[in-house]
Amino acid sequence: MEAITEFQSRPEKKGAGWRGMSRMARREALTGYLYISPWLIGFLIFTLIPVIASVVFTFTNIRLGSGEAVNFVGLENYRTLFRDTQVWESLLITIKFGLIALPVGMILPIILALLMNSAYLYGKYFMRVLFYFPYIIPFVAAIFIWGAIINPETGWLNMALEGLGVKNPPNWLNDPTWVYPALVILGLWGIGNAMLINMAALQGVPTELYDAAKVDGAGFWRTLFNVTLPLISPVIFYNLLLTVVGLFQYFLVPLVLNSGTGAPGGATMFYNLYLYKTFFTYQNMAYGATMGWLLFLVILVVTIFMFWSAKYWVYYAGDSS
Amino acid sequence: MTNTGETLQASTIATGTKKRRNWGNLWKTIAITLLVLLLLAAFLAPFLQMLFIAFSTTDQITELGAPEWPAEAAVFEYGGEVLDVYVVPFEDGTQHELAIVKKGRKESIFVDPANPEEEILWQGSWRSLDRPWTFAPTTENFFEAWNLINFPRLFFNTLAIAVIGIIGTVISCTLVAYGFSRFRFPGRDILFIILISTIFLPAAVTVVPTYTFFVKIGWVGTWLPLLVPHFFANAYNTFLLRQYFMTIPHDLDDAARIDGAGSFRILLSIILPLSWPVIVAVTLFHLVFAWNDYFAPLIYLSTKPELQPIAVGLAFFNGIYGSRPPLIQAAALMALILPVIIFFLAQRWFIQGVVITGVEK
Repeated sequence: MEAITEFQSRPEKKGAGWRGMSRMARREALTGYLYISPWLIGFLIFTLIPVIASVVFTFTNIRLGSGEAVNFVGLENYRTLFRDTQVWESLLITIKFGLIALPVGMILPIILALLMNSAYLYGKYFMRVLFYFPYIIPFVAAIFIWGAIINPETGWLNMALEGLGVKNPPNWLNDPTWVYPALVILGLWGIGNAMLINMAALQGVPTELYDAAKVDGAGFWRTLFNVTLPLISPVIFYNLLLTVVGLFQYFLVPLVLNSGTGAPGGATMFYNLYLYKTFFTYQNMAYGATMGWLLFLVILVVTIFMFWSAKYWVYYAGDSS
Repeated sequence: MTNTGETLQASTIATGTKKRRNWGNLWKTIAITLLVLLLLAAFLAPFLQMLFIAFSTTDQITELGAPEWPAEAAVFEYGGEVLDVYVVPFEDGTQHELAIVKKGRKESIFVDPANPEEEILWQGSWRSLDRPWTFAPTTENFFEAWNLINFPRLFFNTLAIAVIGIIGTVISCTLVAYGFSRFRFPGRDILFIILISTIFLPAAVTVVPTYTFFVKIGWVGTWLPLLVPHFFANAYNTFLLRQYFMTIPHDLDDAARIDGAGSFRILLSIILPLSWPVIVAVTLFHLVFAWNDYFAPLIYLSTKPELQPIAVGLAFFNGIYGSRPPLIQAAALMALILPVIIFFLAQRWFIQGVVITGVEK
């Protein structure tokens, strides 16, 4: 993350202050503000004000279309939140699914990237394009395509499993247990992005290090765990952050699959799906906002934990430039 | 796979020394390539099944014993009747394709299409017989789905939303990225960090008030909530553009400035002409985003089917025709074809863009 604050050619003047600036510098600053003003205004309207409004909402009874007067209700929404078993169940479902989806979403792209980078792979460029391209397919279409593959009666997946000798292949989306792996399978086409990023990181590892490892007699696994993975760990960390934040907000696939009913038997009532129903279907804005802040809090705690843990496993080369 | 060191060395530095190609390497190449091909086949198999289903009739999909590929069972027209043809085994070990005239549990009467005058009595249950299938793709599903789902309308909506959004994103993100990469102003670095951190802000926090706001000002049921925010820049594309702009030497700006060019002039005539690969990438990213976007159109256009884009239309379509897989697969294929074609035409810039945003942090 260092590069973000690092402006090689023209650093921001520290401690100069508006008064201490020359006329030229002030002019330059004003021009700069002018150019970034689309984002500044957008940030104000679509992020900052909504965030503040969202906090205010949690202390009111605001609903759309109810005709009720909007009143401050104190901590009423928070009290409801703590008593609402559906909230905690759906949070648990989200975490449970995340624990299955996260390893797949992290490890598979690394394995693919290692394979794509192998000197022994023929037709490299072509293969990486083919592994990447399903990523751009609209997820609604991808759900229906993978839905056909995991169909218990006519899908090829269960036919292949039966062919391999599996007696009772899973009922996937209709089974409250197998529905989570099924959802992971439905998301497989999304791994191309992480694969590409890992691949680019692998190519950035200095080859001298591999030579050194070889001289020291390190085999494939030792090289992988002691050289390759530590050196691409900043990129793994970046992917991990994005994946975790994304998984906490997971709900679109179950929403499309069964119109948000949570079928089978409530197993896909993810936290965000419940939130969506609260604010969109029931138009309960106050409670929706409260649920949003609980999610934010959970994500914040997990993110802080990840940043803390990064000290122990993310390796930043002494001088990255 | 046994030594990544060698692997990378060979792939990244093209040294002048001769590549050693001994037999061990050849075997490794074959093994790794086969492994990857196998993975790729599994990864892309859903496409094949989609194609097969999309070109099959609903009858074939529901019939037991029908093949996986689009096929048609043979029939024989005789005496004004359409007779089903079966593969009939005889005691002498031969098999004949015969048309069934009278179906019976223990014995059935067949005729030979080559010689329909003569009736053949066969012992056994006709239900146990296979039918001879011939490869026969049908394009009917596409026409039917096209009409049922009003595809031209959805297509136009998606394209219009995408194009207007692209214009907004490219203009606003370029300006903002230019501001962040070329000017010094107090608070710049903090603001840039705030910009990047919006990537990690869960939408759940902002969506409720934003939706309420759009309801109150009467924008729900119009395209405005899907278009206007894109004119105010977003973190991903601004970051991508800024990273690229920073690689362009300042000497070029300085030279232009000495010639009397203003900052906007420098952006237009120096920065942009050098940055077109990344502008292409931003354009493609936004196109894919708009084609994929489901949630925003769903909540803002749920009451206006005539304004909806393809992703929402496809999901509704599945709700109605879910029992007819060939129609769903045909519609899915039509929904993904344009982004896929564009991706293959422009994959180079696309992949470059992903790599810049992903790695240069």
